[in-house]
Amino acid sequence: MDTLDTPSDNQLYALPWMVGTLVARTAETPTAMTLEIDVPGWRGALAGQHVDVRLTAEDGYSTQRSYSLASAGTMGLPGVPPDPAAHGSRIALTVQVVDGGEVSPYLTEDLQVGDQIELRGPVGHWFVWQPADPHPVQLIGGGSGLVPLMSMLRTRRLAGSRAPFRLVVSVRTPADAIYADELEALGGDVEITRVWTRRAPESWTGPVGRIDAALLEAACFPPDERAHVFVCGPTPFVEAVADTLVDLGHDPERIRTERFGPTGP
Amino acid sequence: MAIISRGFRGKRDVDPRIPPGQYLERGFPVLSAGPTPRADLSTWTFSITAGGAPRASWTWSELTHLPHDDIVKDIHCVTKWSKLDSAWRGISLDTLLDGVEVAPEEQYAMAHCDGGYTTNVPLADLRGGKAWIAYQYDGAPLPPEHGGPARLLIPHLYFWKSAKWVRSLDLMTEDTWGFWERLGYHAYGDPWKEQRYWGD
Repeated sequence: MDTLDTPSDNQLYALPWMVGTLVARTAETPTAMTLEIDVPGWRGALAGQHVDVRLTAEDGYSTQRSYSLASAGTMGLPGVPPDPAAHGSRIALTVQVVDGGEVSPYLTEDLQVGDQIELRGPVGHWFVWQPADPHPVQLIGGGSGLVPLMSMLRTRRLAGSRAPFRLVVSVRTPADAIYADELEALGGDVEITRVWTRRAPESWTGPVGRIDAALLEAACFPPDERAHVFVCGPTPFVEAVADTLVDLGHDPERIRTERFGPTGP
Repeated sequence: MAIISRGFRGKRDVDPRIPPGQYLERGFPVLSAGPTPRADLSTWTFSITAGGAPRASWTWSELTHLPHDDIVKDIHCVTKWSKLDSAWRGISLDTLLDGVEVAPEEQYAMAHCDGGYTTNVPLADLRGGKAWIAYQYDGAPLPPEHGGPARLLIPHLYFWKSAKWVRSLDLMTEDTWGFWERLGYHAYGDPWKEQRYWGD
């Protein structure tokens, strides 16, 4: 497994809490909100990384959660200097409301444009795509697991990368599909396979149901193309997809995963 | 001075057993960097090595016939969830290390796992009833996605140190970093000091 060099002084890489200001809220679906946040001093991120968000109540009670970046900023892009005055200091998170959650309802319903929020990052140097990497990339997302994959797709376009990308995206119903228009616009350049697990759009003529081996075999780069594979979604989804990919002959070492939530009910 | 989030109250599942920045989780989330590896217990072994050279090795049958501990511990994941009173069965690292010759300068260990995962731990944190090779969770065989057939259990450190699918511990004279430690996470990982990332 390839990794970063060991830094001699890791204080250089410390992640202090920063203060961001919400500049835009966009409802992606009835239960998912994209928050665009200006973060003065933000140093950029790699596509696929996440940030920690901290909320603090008036009496000092505080709590933290991690959210994937939906757009990463400009770290790692060739020819883009780290200019704090440029749009590189604006990040985007897409937050899916968790029923009974502590933080996601506040972020999606209460936080208003102009409000400040504390965050630190970027975090995670494993589930990342480097825009200088020319190899094929297979993205497979379930539900809000699409968010860090979208960051990779956006970074690819921003970087002018010609690396071949394919995306398999699985959601329950059309009402749960985030970034639908943007993905539609990518359609000529990125091969996108839609999976509807409960209900498909009326115009849909394909099957409705969960991802299976036949679909993955048809939709994904074949194993001998040695694509980087990024799988993100709820735990049972990622377990099933990663296991099936290994069965189909994909090298486990080329499959990177990010899971959220507990094992099945 | 923290920024106050106007109107935020929070759920306040506060419990003195939950470290700073953590929240109470009643489920058991799964975090892994790749696919869940498949183990064959007929050839599975757990080994202690030093600089890669073998010092001791146990088959699955040998390991699981050693005296075991039933352990109830709180666990704390660096992704912010904490789970209280999780119930495990495992073999104490004291039991395994007692039968192994350890040189005084061998103060560190690297766990090596199926799938290529590694994590580094000071030897002192593996001794004194603080660490186990766990093979049961909640009265049943440890499920593969949670690290079965066997994982390290070091509950006093962030849970990435409790390496899933562990196959060996390599004794080291210097503290070399493991997988997440090289990718931005703290070398030691004390949840009570919020040692999450480099520089914390």
